[in-house]
Amino acid sequence: MTSISKPPVRHPSAQKNQIGLTKADYEGGMSTLCAGCGHDSVTAALIQAFWELDLPPHRAAKMSGIGCSSKTTAYFMKQSHGFNSVHGRMPSVTTGANAANRDLTYIGISGDGDSLNIGFGQLAHAIRRNVNMLYVIENNGVYGLTKGQFSASADVGSKSRKGEVNEQTPIDPVLLALTLGATFVARSFSGDKTQLVPILKAGLSHHGFALIDVISPCVSFNDHEGSAKSYAYMRRHEVEVVETDFVPLRREIKVPETHEELTVVRMHDGSEVRLHATAPGYNPRSRDTAYRHVQACVRKGEVATGLLFIDESGREMHDMQRTVTTPLAQLPYDVLCPGSAVLDSLMERYR
Amino acid sequence: MNRVNDFAFKSATVNGTGSASANSLLMEAIFRMGIPVTGKNIFPSNIQGLPTWYEVRVSRDGFTARPPTIDLVVALNPATYAQDIASVCSGGYVLYDSSWPLDAKLVREDVTILGVPLGAMCREAFTRDRDRTLLRNIAYAGALAALLQIDMGVIETMLNEKFARKKGLLDANHRALRLGYDYAQKHFSCPLPIHCAPMNETSGSILIDGNTACALGALYAGATVGAWYPITPSTSLMDAFKEFCQEFRIEPETGLHRYCIVQAEDELSAAGMVIGAGWMGARAFTCTSGPGISLMQEFLGFAYYTEIPGVWINVQRAGPATGLPTRTQQADLMSMAYASHGDTKHIVLFPADPAECFTLTVEAFNAAERFQTPVFVASDLDIGMNDWMVPRLQWDDSYRPDRGKVLDVAELEQAKKFFRYLDTDGDGVAARTLPGVSGKGAYFVRGSGHDKFGAYTEDGAAYREVVDRLTRKFETAARELPKPVVIEQEGADVGILLVGSSDCAVREAVVHLHEQGIVADSMRIRSFPFAPEVKAFIDRYRTVFVVEQNRDAQLRSLLAIETGTPRDRMISVLEYAGQPITAGALVTTIASHLAGVSA
Repeated sequence: MTSISKPPVRHPSAQKNQIGLTKADYEGGMSTLCAGCGHDSVTAALIQAFWELDLPPHRAAKMSGIGCSSKTTAYFMKQSHGFNSVHGRMPSVTTGANAANRDLTYIGISGDGDSLNIGFGQLAHAIRRNVNMLYVIENNGVYGLTKGQFSASADVGSKSRKGEVNEQTPIDPVLLALTLGATFVARSFSGDKTQLVPILKAGLSHHGFALIDVISPCVSFNDHEGSAKSYAYMRRHEVEVVETDFVPLRREIKVPETHEELTVVRMHDGSEVRLHATAPGYNPRSRDTAYRHVQACVRKGEVATGLLFIDESGREMHDMQRTVTTPLAQLPYDVLCPGSAVLDSLMERYR
Repeated sequence: MNRVNDFAFKSATVNGTGSASANSLLMEAIFRMGIPVTGKNIFPSNIQGLPTWYEVRVSRDGFTARPPTIDLVVALNPATYAQDIASVCSGGYVLYDSSWPLDAKLVREDVTILGVPLGAMCREAFTRDRDRTLLRNIAYAGALAALLQIDMGVIETMLNEKFARKKGLLDANHRALRLGYDYAQKHFSCPLPIHCAPMNETSGSILIDGNTACALGALYAGATVGAWYPITPSTSLMDAFKEFCQEFRIEPETGLHRYCIVQAEDELSAAGMVIGAGWMGARAFTCTSGPGISLMQEFLGFAYYTEIPGVWINVQRAGPATGLPTRTQQADLMSMAYASHGDTKHIVLFPADPAECFTLTVEAFNAAERFQTPVFVASDLDIGMNDWMVPRLQWDDSYRPDRGKVLDVAELEQAKKFFRYLDTDGDGVAARTLPGVSGKGAYFVRGSGHDKFGAYTEDGAAYREVVDRLTRKFETAARELPKPVVIEQEGADVGILLVGSSDCAVREAVVHLHEQGIVADSMRIRSFPFAPEVKAFIDRYRTVFVVEQNRDAQLRSLLAIETGTPRDRMISVLEYAGQPITAGALVTTIASHLAGVSA
């Protein structure tokens, strides 16, 4: 995980958010990814999203595994604790961290290899457990750090730089998440910041596991003719199924309520997600519609994007566990230890 | 020879038929009579239909190791009649179900065969098939009560306690007990020369298994996060922890849980959860066994290098591979001590019995936070799943968790700048911060190369500086971890080293060796890395034995690696067939080695 620190540049007129921080306060180390990498655009969108949400950086935990995408947690919010874990195992570390401290905002950054190959099992079970976190897959269909092997999201017929053709069926994280019962499922494109930022904000505010699959082209190994995860392909085939707008809590609602098919979802913290389906008959609150529509797009060679499914009534891990509201890591010892008198009486059970 | 309160019996049954409750009933009754007693459950990796045995040792001298010989066998499993009858010592007894004839070929001249028509009596007395099967066990308990003079009043009281709310079952159990008891009284001369007589040697003791005691340790240490994947023989540990939490960790006002137990999808995930929770500042643990330890290797090395606390309770079973899941061994010593790739080392604590499972589990949580690293509690199936007689567990209410060097907001505000891996006082331990506390304390946990400031590095010198500090940290740990327990005798010229559950057999063997003129001291090592006293002990004796329960003499290898003692200087005494080690085997090996040397 290479990172270079940026020189602190402070512009006196830089705009501040409601907690008095500028966007620069949400930045991290200098990226060491290739010039033009889609991941850097996602990082920029994340900085924007966190800044707009007025989240104190030290109240967020940045989680990742191994790979190009996982490196990016070093490139934003240097005042947040970061955890660059083991390849494919970020979900379990985040589950444990969240179990211990439910009050932080957890953002996991992963890639297609990290999530769909080596970490497939952990991703699936974190979804099932409904761990309260935003899980971003920076999906480029390829292993970058080891120079261009196919990942499990590579499309059939996709060509590698060496000319090999992938014949194995791809795993679509969006269909996977819908199948496993995820309560927030979205897809976006790293080159589409206007779409990505509100989705990230909604995902960060979601009560439960929010999965965002971000197609993020690899300029070095998978941005050529024949790749379905290239900038050119995405520009031609991206179909925005749902337009998303996010209105944070305590912000003035400026969005005009003119759309006839506008779906307004009130989030757990009181903020709102406003969704406008561009495909006729698309209902972002119906798992069946979402599943059918995403599959129909796949068949047509299109990539469905937007906040594809949301259900804010789901029960996250702590709801299912019936955990106390105080983070477990902050419970005072005297409420945890039953003491000597209890042990003395317990001993009678073993006599 | 006086055999009152000094004998062993075993029942040979089929698993899933309810014999376990009869066996524990007998054992607890003897315990309540004030007589020292131990039980070893030898069970199959199966739910129903395979042979299972339960050995009970009655020892007025307080020996708790696996019995050296079996004086009486209750043979209720025709599939194992031959081996069960063969396992009784000469002059011993076989109690079998005479509802069906015993093959004449199996009859031994040197043992007394006692036939009790258990099946026929139960068929006549009870109507439901289930009762007829299950109560046959209580009937043999009744017969044994007569033959071995186990107090019927005590057994009946125990039945009353157990079935207090199930009147129908209570009556049936009493009747079955009486069937066996009356038959034995009528047909045999009771009691046998091997029998019980009340003592007053158990009033300060309890009968408890190590998994329950570890769970109590985790409860009292203040653990709040448990992550695990089911695996024999560790499963009952997390089950027990959950039950204790349901009793003692409920917020009174809300009924909500002051704990979070996650059943993971596999052991890799369980390890990741422990590490995530430890990083956040919760006391977190997992329990597992050999195959789980193998799966957790990568994460263990990660936690070692990134310095995150956590407790790993390893209830060892016989390996390699799936091995013998329901048999005991101490065969994970190497894979715990140096778990994971690269230069790694881990703290391992070795409880000898359930009482120490409790105290060392508490200690493990302290050590994990003080040294910011994974800590193993190396239990095994024998300790974990068998009921041992140990002193009552006690708790000191002045105990407060040792959280190690954790900087709070005030300390961070005072500090000029925070660097995660900077050792400021020379003990090899750097201060850490917890997420969510302050932006000033934020740092990046990375398994990749990092310098003492916590920044990524590929620079050789900066990398070495950190890993050399880790060496220093473990040197500090070696000095501060629980000390070995040494038992010395006047004029000893033999030293015996051991860990864990070999303790009871070694204690007993030392007594028998003394009777043969061999005077031995023993050192029970309680922690790895080894305390400085360990090398001094080895150097003190002309002959040094290392007792352990694995094939490859792993403890001896660890001693050779860590203390520089040549391997040949230490003589291995090994037991690795999956059964707990016995004093008899130790005495034979040690005595014959010494005889060979002097000849």
